[in-house]
Amino acid sequence: MSTYEKIEQDPNYQELVRRRSSLGWTLSAIMLIVYFGFILLVAYAPHFLGTPMGTGVTTIGIPIGLLVIVSAFLLTGIYVSKANSKYDPLIRKIVGARRQ
Amino acid sequence: MKKIPHLLVTLFICIPSVALAAGTIDGGTKQAVNWSAIGMFIGFVSLTLVITYWASKRTVSAADFYSAGGGISAGQNGLAIAGDYMSAASFLGISGLVYTSGYDGLIYSVGWLVGWPVVTFLIAEQLRNLGKFTFADVASFRLGQTRIRILAACGSLVTVAFYLIAQMVGAGKLIQLLFGLDYWIAVILVGGLMMVYVTFGGMKATTWVQIIKAVLLLFGATFMAGAVLYKFGFSPEALFAKATEVHPKKLAIMEPGSLISNPLSAISLGLALMFGTAGLPHILMRFFTVKDAQAARKSVFYATGFIGYFYILTFIIGFGAITLVSTDLAFLDAGILEKTKSGIAAIRGGSNMAAIHLADAVGGNLFLGFISAVAFATILAVVSGLALAGASSISHDIYAMVIKGGHANEQDEVRVSKIATLFLGVLAIILGIIFENQNVAFMVGLAFAIAASCNFPVLVMSIFWKNLTTRGALIGGLLGLISAVVGVILSPAVWEVTLGFAKGSAPIKLDNPALFSMTIAFVSIWLISVLDRSARAGKDRDGFDAQFVRSQTGIGAASATSH
Repeated sequence: MSTYEKIEQDPNYQELVRRRSSLGWTLSAIMLIVYFGFILLVAYAPHFLGTPMGTGVTTIGIPIGLLVIVSAFLLTGIYVSKANSKYDPLIRKIVGARRQ
Repeated sequence: MKKIPHLLVTLFICIPSVALAAGTIDGGTKQAVNWSAIGMFIGFVSLTLVITYWASKRTVSAADFYSAGGGISAGQNGLAIAGDYMSAASFLGISGLVYTSGYDGLIYSVGWLVGWPVVTFLIAEQLRNLGKFTFADVASFRLGQTRIRILAACGSLVTVAFYLIAQMVGAGKLIQLLFGLDYWIAVILVGGLMMVYVTFGGMKATTWVQIIKAVLLLFGATFMAGAVLYKFGFSPEALFAKATEVHPKKLAIMEPGSLISNPLSAISLGLALMFGTAGLPHILMRFFTVKDAQAARKSVFYATGFIGYFYILTFIIGFGAITLVSTDLAFLDAGILEKTKSGIAAIRGGSNMAAIHLADAVGGNLFLGFISAVAFATILAVVSGLALAGASSISHDIYAMVIKGGHANEQDEVRVSKIATLFLGVLAIILGIIFENQNVAFMVGLAFAIAASCNFPVLVMSIFWKNLTTRGALIGGLLGLISAVVGVILSPAVWEVTLGFAKGSAPIKLDNPALFSMTIAFVSIWLISVLDRSARAGKDRDGFDAQFVRSQTGIGAASATSH
């Protein structure tokens, strides 16, 4: 059995791949939905984004746009913190098992 | 001061394409020589030359040259990535777009940012684990080296070339405006300094130039946005109220306007921006400069934060310019003001100068000099990163891997890279001068379209899809590349504005072809791979499992200290 086949048998590896793939693709899907949701609002409901908030001139589109920007940062942050706390220890275990 | 009226007219006609690109600066008139700006710029150049000298002493191996020996920290790399992305164009272009159209500027900022999370989730770590110097290392990991390297090098070089031309022309125009230098002097200055940074200092110098510039730009933009908000008692509502009062479009600047008229076009542009980011070679190569996958992932997180923050600042700066620049006769052209009665239209030097005039309005001549110098530094840094990406592709992918079959002498490889840089520098200067009076706004859009339709599909399929074969990647990638180029030529921005055919006659109504060119790329990569029964295809599929293990764990990845 070659090195990579041994790693593939490692339960830590299987857990790593399962968790990372599901989080990565889920977060990518969320980002796509958030962004293209915004673009569709811009394209089909520009006047909704132009609804004033309260009595002022600030429209609802301003916080929505800012929220898309902030969500990009937050989603990245979620992934990085998960990866640092969960995936890196798993990778260290996999590497450790291989050295033994 | 001479006026070139037709240029301003052109600027107006092509506002959507300027916005589309937000990567080029359309010019205006030459300003008086600005000594404080020149002084600060000389300070910046001297500092970066000292760094280049320092870096050159430490650049010995090929790994030093291409990837700074993997010795850049996640925080430094985050700033450098942000620096690569925050071009003078996104600073001046987006704040100028907010100045003329308000809310529409925010739509572009958002599009420019949302590619980064996808890079983090799907590309950054895998790239670091599989590659060494270029993204072609990753794309060709288990596929036929020669053919995929050539494809990836074509994708890289075409992307870099269009981006570079747009930056050079923008640089010439901008420097002419800011410093009162002649266009050709400006272009030679930018090209010459870029060659010095890259050939002597390699990736180390290029990264540090990028970091310094990113810090200066973030500092300058923060100061400007802070000064604007200060004038309105830190109340955005007060700022928006004043802006809607003085802007000729009144309340319409607070909602999406005419820039996005065709929904399909908006979606197509959105795709290009989102996935193009993940296919830009000068961005992708930054993931090889860090120690490991963890640092790669962290650095995109920092970069996303810096870039998002920066785009929020440009939005405030644009609105600040509406209130403080369009109402101040000192920044307006009396002739145009007379004709249009609009302070927005009459801004001296065109809407791209909004942020520059605002710097003068809030910080006086000294701060104006600072922002001008930062804008110049920005172009210089972005151009250097592009040149290094192009040179790496020529020397590492074509020379070392294809011509020498992976057995090139390291010193020769670095030498070829330096020669390639000089060649690219001279080429950039020549093209910059040839394209002086051309509308090059579409070129950044084209670069993103190609990155999204050739580089990105090949890269992401090679990382994640077992059944990808060499033939599928090659033909699919090429079809993506060709359809992106054809799609841009047949788009309104090039067909009508640049080639001068009648308005409305463009065969493809999309501003950016990504919607169909990405589809063509992905579908043909899939179809051809599935149908591929060649011996090579068997090998390609057999190699996937080992590659996937390495992409996930980093076991066997090029180490940080390979020298």
